Amino acid sequence: MTGGNADDEVLVSIRNLVFSRGSRKIFDGVDLDIPRGKITAIMGPSGTGKTTLLKLIGGQLRPDSGTITVDGRIVHELSLGRLYELRKKIGMLFQTGALLTDLNVFENVAFPLREHTKLPESMIRTLVLMKLQAVGLRGARDLMPAQLSGGMARRVALARAITLDPMMILYDEPFTGQDPISMGVLVKLIRDLNRELGLTSIVVSHDVEETASIADYIYLISEGKVVGQGTPDAIRHSESPWVLQFMEGLADGPVPFHYPAPDYAADLLNPPA
Amino acid sequence: MQSSKAIEIWVGLFVAAGLIALFFLAMQVSNLAELKSNGDSYRIVARFENIGSLRVRAPVSVAGVTVGRVSAISFDNQTYEAVVEMRIDPKYDTLPIDTSASILTAGLLGEQYIGLTPGGAEEHLTDGDEIELTQSAIVLEQVISRFLFNKAEGGDKGSGSNDGGTPTE
Amino acid sequence: MLALFQKLGYTTLSTLQKLGRANLFILHVVTGLPEILTRVRLLLVQVYSVGVLTVLLVSISGLFVGMVLGLQGYNVLSDFGAEQTLGVMVAASLVRELGPVVTALLFSGRAGSALTAEIGLMKATEQLSGMEMMAVDPVKRIIAPRFFAGCLSMPLLASLFSMIGVMGGYFVGVGLLGVDEGAFWAQMKSRIDFYDDVVNGLIKSAVFGVIVTWIAVFEGYDAVPTSEGVSRATTRSVVYSAFAVLGWDFVLTALMFGGD
Ligand SMILES: Nc1ncnc2c1ncn2[C@@H]1O[C@H](COP(=O)(O)OP(=O)(O)O)[C@@H](O)[C@H]1O
Ligand SMILES: [Mg+2]
Repeated sequence: MTGGNADDEVLVSIRNLVFSRGSRKIFDGVDLDIPRGKITAIMGPSGTGKTTLLKLIGGQLRPDSGTITVDGRIVHELSLGRLYELRKKIGMLFQTGALLTDLNVFENVAFPLREHTKLPESMIRTLVLMKLQAVGLRGARDLMPAQLSGGMARRVALARAITLDPMMILYDEPFTGQDPISMGVLVKLIRDLNRELGLTSIVVSHDVEETASIADYIYLISEGKVVGQGTPDAIRHSESPWVLQFMEGLADGPVPFHYPAPDYAADLLNPPA
Repeated sequence: MQSSKAIEIWVGLFVAAGLIALFFLAMQVSNLAELKSNGDSYRIVARFENIGSLRVRAPVSVAGVTVGRVSAISFDNQTYEAVVEMRIDPKYDTLPIDTSASILTAGLLGEQYIGLTPGGAEEHLTDGDEIELTQSAIVLEQVISRFLFNKAEGGDKGSGSNDGGTPTE
Repeated sequence: MLALFQKLGYTTLSTLQKLGRANLFILHVVTGLPEILTRVRLLLVQVYSVGVLTVLLVSISGLFVGMVLGLQGYNVLSDFGAEQTLGVMVAASLVRELGPVVTALLFSGRAGSALTAEIGLMKATEQLSGMEMMAVDPVKRIIAPRFFAGCLSMPLLASLFSMIGVMGGYFVGVGLLGVDEGAFWAQMKSRIDFYDDVVNGLIKSAVFGVIVTWIAVFEGYDAVPTSEGVSRATTRSVVYSAFAVLGWDFVLTALMFGGD
């Protein structure tokens, strides 16, 4: 179905996922597999439910039907205690960074350690400085989140996401709204972390170029379904008109330019009574 | 954001200030100090034909000074009288044995309290003693109805009822 | 017509649903108590921002309310020649009613609204969600210390308010208008009962503390996570708190002072 690996090579496996918000079906029978140690990208237009998918994987939302398995455990069947144990092994980088605004950079990165371990202060300091060094912000340890640029905030959040040495990191739109330099820094960081720490990464994004440059495998999602998948090269050379429209950024195609509306001429000629 | 030590100090000051305020309300504004000294107060009783609207904890005063409080009110099934128990501050332990007690009203419509009038005996009231001389509460409705009744009689027979106190109903 | 009933039904159901959520929420918050007791620092920081930062407002308001009571009370009482009882009037009004009620209203405006906005913003900026993903329960880590700090601060603030109010009444009555000082305090002491007045007032302020803080943290946690949603939640927090405090004040007063 996916990268064609043996089952123990698959860290996250989603089968026949159905999830709705109100009457709107956000996922309608999605199947996908995330291989261990690889960077898998999940792409799709805004509002398709990429963030929702990450929250489903992290157990913050429950599917209406279907199963989500992470590291051999079915996420939505875990007790709260087990779920929290699992989450300690998953880092998540939120779209906005989600840094705690009343703590400075150092304390933000130290937060998971203080909450989950009883390490002595000197050890915490060493670990935090190591993680900050990895994202290049050791010098910014005393700044408050409000003093950081968007790109810096995301790097701090990344340092925080790796403090507990997770097995997997979920990145929610890591590149959105970044200038080219920050974008380059983030691309490099995600790639290096994945390689050096042996992490599994899921990158959710609609930035075609950057994502294609780091991903090992790409899923394209639209209207609740997987509409295309493959390695970046395969995707680029896909013949599917939808994939083509998304990858090339064409205004009109299978995803219509117009929001569903009555016929234009009829609409103009018949003003409401 | 304050340093953690400053926060601790401020919170400490705040809690202390709140507790001082509470202590002030208890000791200076309310009667707690008095209630506490109740332990070694002594108890006297008095019987009244009618206590009006006297309540437990009403003040007991001598010459306008509060010397104690009403601690219990009960009804005697044999004599049909109200039995009022008072606790008197041990500071005031020289009340003569022939002291009289009356139920008075603070102001025209105010709260009722017990006024003690010391007599001339040498002996003093002690714990458990009973005051023999009592005067019941003046019940405004009864005063008015008697006044109207007397008017209606034309006053030719003078006062028909005895003055000893108000009849029990 | 049918639409009207439908709307009524919808409003009723969604209100009941919200009440249900608020109750489950508070149960969840209370389970956070043992954790707070092992990490008192979390509580201290919140007592600072909820309690200490409200002291100035409460003190100044208490002073002026007490002074006004002294002035108004004197005007009324001196007509009956009863200005000796000014202390009683000032203290009874403060200890029984104004202390708990006005402090709760001030507290909701100063601290409650700030709590709602803070928690709502943390939700809108995904800080709460982020905490959940770090395997930290935001209700226990963020909400519980704030809730208990509010419950703890309210009675202290109300006591401060009453004390300073009595001082204000004393200042105006005895200091400016010449009421006899001895009578002022002696009458007060003999007519204000510790259990009936002071303790009941304290119970009232504790109840208001729970209600106001509960509403504040719940509205923040339940806010629609947008800037508009947070601003609406903040308004609701203050309005609902005011209604709840005044309504419960009536109930408590009837229970405490109405019986005898
Ligand atoms: N809390 C929520 N309540 C209701 N609808 C929501 C909520 N969060 C997201 N949605 C809806 O779910 C859809 C998917 O949202 P999201 O996962 O954030 O999309 P993406 O991240 O792909 O841009 C959107 O249409 C959004 O309006
Ligand atoms: Mg999103």
